[in-house]
Amino acid sequence: MIKKYSVKINQKVHQVEADENMPLLWVLRDILGMEGTKYGCGVGSCGACTVHLNGEAVRSCQLPISALAGTEITTIEGLSAKGDHPVQKAWVDVDVAQCGYCQSGQIMSAAALLKNNPNPTEEDIENFMTGNICRCGTYTRIKKAIQLAATK
Amino acid sequence: MKKTDSNLSRRSFLKVSSLSGGGMMLGISWFASAKPLESLGELNIEPVWQEVTSFIKIASDNSIKIFSPNPEFGQNVMTSLPMLIAEELDVDWKQVEVEQGNYDPKAFPRQFTGGSQGIRMAWKQLRTVGSAARQMILTAASQAWNLPVTELTTANGMVTHAFSGKSETYGTFAAAAAKLPVPKDIVLKGNQSFRLIGTPQKNVVAPKIVQGKPLFGMDYREAGMLYAMTERPPAFGMQLKSFDATAAKKMPGIVDIFPIKVYNDDHKFAGFDTRAFNEVIAIVGKSTWDVMNARKKLKAVWEVAPEKKEMGQNGQERTIPAGLESTKKHYAQMLEMDKKPGKIERRDGDPEKAFGEAKHVIERTYTAPFLAHNIMEPTNTFAHFVGDKVRFVAPIQIPDFMVPSMVARLGIPKENISIELARMGGGFGRRAYGHYMIEAALISKQANAPIKLIYTREDDVSGGTYRPMYQLTYRAAFDENKKLIAFHAKGGGVPESPLHANRFPAGAIDNYLAESWVIPSNITIAAFRAPRSNFNAAAEQSFLDEISEYMGKDPIAFRLELLQRAKDNPVGKTNDYDASRYMGVLELVREKSGWGKPENAGKKRGVSAYFCHNSYAAQVIDLRVKGDQVTVDQVTTALDCGVVVNPEGAKNMAEGAAIDGIGNALFGQLTLTEGRTDQRNFDTYRMIRHNEAPKKIDVHFVKNEIDPTGLGEPPFPPIFGAVANALYKATGKRFYQQPFQPQLKA
Repeated sequence: MIKKYSVKINQKVHQVEADENMPLLWVLRDILGMEGTKYGCGVGSCGACTVHLNGEAVRSCQLPISALAGTEITTIEGLSAKGDHPVQKAWVDVDVAQCGYCQSGQIMSAAALLKNNPNPTEEDIENFMTGNICRCGTYTRIKKAIQLAATK
Repeated sequence: MKKTDSNLSRRSFLKVSSLSGGGMMLGISWFASAKPLESLGELNIEPVWQEVTSFIKIASDNSIKIFSPNPEFGQNVMTSLPMLIAEELDVDWKQVEVEQGNYDPKAFPRQFTGGSQGIRMAWKQLRTVGSAARQMILTAASQAWNLPVTELTTANGMVTHAFSGKSETYGTFAAAAAKLPVPKDIVLKGNQSFRLIGTPQKNVVAPKIVQGKPLFGMDYREAGMLYAMTERPPAFGMQLKSFDATAAKKMPGIVDIFPIKVYNDDHKFAGFDTRAFNEVIAIVGKSTWDVMNARKKLKAVWEVAPEKKEMGQNGQERTIPAGLESTKKHYAQMLEMDKKPGKIERRDGDPEKAFGEAKHVIERTYTAPFLAHNIMEPTNTFAHFVGDKVRFVAPIQIPDFMVPSMVARLGIPKENISIELARMGGGFGRRAYGHYMIEAALISKQANAPIKLIYTREDDVSGGTYRPMYQLTYRAAFDENKKLIAFHAKGGGVPESPLHANRFPAGAIDNYLAESWVIPSNITIAAFRAPRSNFNAAAEQSFLDEISEYMGKDPIAFRLELLQRAKDNPVGKTNDYDASRYMGVLELVREKSGWGKPENAGKKRGVSAYFCHNSYAAQVIDLRVKGDQVTVDQVTTALDCGVVVNPEGAKNMAEGAAIDGIGNALFGQLTLTEGRTDQRNFDTYRMIRHNEAPKKIDVHFVKNEIDPTGLGEPPFPPIFGAVANALYKATGKRFYQQPFQPQLKA
């Protein structure tokens, strides 16, 4: 059923009319035009659509808009003003990306990891990042970038 | 300094023009007299002679823009191709702005992403462009200053006269340079003079990627745009019988639902026209979610399709069999085919006699399943059909291949087709098959609106164009001294053979036989990172490992011994590989991995080496197995791809190839039951994940002066063999069937 919702994304409240089951992913991409959050699988299995819900990494393809009342969402567009979040800077420094499609989700997962665990071990990184798939195979660089960001 | 190939210069003609606001734009074009590309041979298409053009812009404020012609899917040509121009132009890399060129066959050369040929084909062409522009700026400066050109030097986008201390920017002279004739003799730097080529440079698009900027086809949107998906038969071998869209059309946001036919019935199929289903139902709506929901209400009736004939552009008719195929049956069919005589692809010496006289024969059969490409950005295209024109924003690897097919289906001239080349969220061969562009155009035309066609992940995994299923049986014959006296390779697949009859170890063994066979299928296949090689390497390199063990030889020493023979006294006239370069990567990986050193004695390691796409790669992998868990501690890669333009990007490619290969070797498989894929999304299709990636990857390049050869594909195939060989060391068991991990016991 189509309803009106207000959602707080990147510190700004948006009024949205949408089907109650519409996942946040498609609200962001099709209604709000915020396309940094990527569609990869739609079943919560690849992590390309990762955003922060109250600071925690979640898969936006699994979050219906009707469940977002009173929450704060951060997307890749809101992670930093100029792409200068330590994780983003580390991603550039380590030259992580190949095709780049999964990297928004990887970065959002990494930023959430470091927020809760500023000095993760290699195992912490591997376990936390396991939900984010990269077919280009940039995993070792992602790990390096997270370790670099942890020093900043 | 050396001159370019004189043939090339004679054939070339350059174009220069003024920019508004004072500046120059240089284009260079010639007919490339390239040899038939090995990669094209691998893809079974005819080599073509193409007009080649490329350009740079220098504005009066000395801002320099270089267009990157090739579609970008993560191979980082947007950095490495402009580096070639910037090197010879002698500008500061930091001042260069790079822009993706749109599809424009008149302006750009070879807008082609596939076969690992990007750098190889651009190596002289793009440097010539840079050099010509630099020479013209020097001439303009010499005229303006009334000084001999021989007294002027360039560096970092400045012209300098050392004697007088004069120094000005390129931009100062760009407008005057634009009025000069293009120089006839274009001189290129010797490799020793490179200042940029060979230095590690970061991906120029990285700052946008890390901010999630809308770079991809999937991200494209414009006012009035509608969203479209297609509903296809649930299984290969089925077709649309009828459908009822009444309920689906009543769903919120739905604009229209209609069937489309991808190709005309009399279509003459080119090599990249492959598509699994010709008649599909298009659902058009106001948002992706609306369309996804409406699809569930669509009542379609599917039926088993009859046998079909497809006419190829080459005049050859191809039969697509009827039936609902299953993986289990495919494996059984492949074993049956192995028992029948194959098509002889190569025969050296007298293999039958040698096998007859052998004291011992080792025979092993290797198999691999279909693989889905799993491009992280699912298939999509924006299209807007207006009147007799269509505009695309498309992720497409080789637009040139699709344009004639679009002309045939859409009935409009090629000049009326424009394509903005979107960054591709992966390709791996999948996006060389652009049927989705035709689908998008037809949907836009019928819906009379700009549309973005999106495949869901399920559509992408289950909708065809896979890495084929393959099988290879190797037989090796030995005399009483365990000397290898004959070798037999017999390979086939569904529906393509992986065999490369003229590759190693052909050329190294006196008695050699190679045979091939195929099993026709209605499962569609596509190029997949290093087509055919990605299986050959796995099978061949495992087999060589096993026979070296029988002979009591070190696996690297044994390969080197064979290669030495191929180098000194090759068997046969046609051997595709250069034995010296092959040996070079094996020797380098032996050194860098500390192969055979006492400190590595306890490691479970496997080695593998392969040649494809004009390059050579060898890998050593160290892994551990606990139950059904594989932990990869280290991969050491040695690569000979000639001169490395951007070592940073090249290393990233080689690292990714190792991870991608380990993942596919251990986990990758797409299986079918009664024509339906058993895997439809990442919850069932097993991809390698962070915790399964190697803990460490070292990449080493052979340093030489050879013009660049392929890079994106060559480090992918051998890792499959290295994994199998290391698993043997870890478990005592040989692995013949991919994927390997399901055969480990928890």
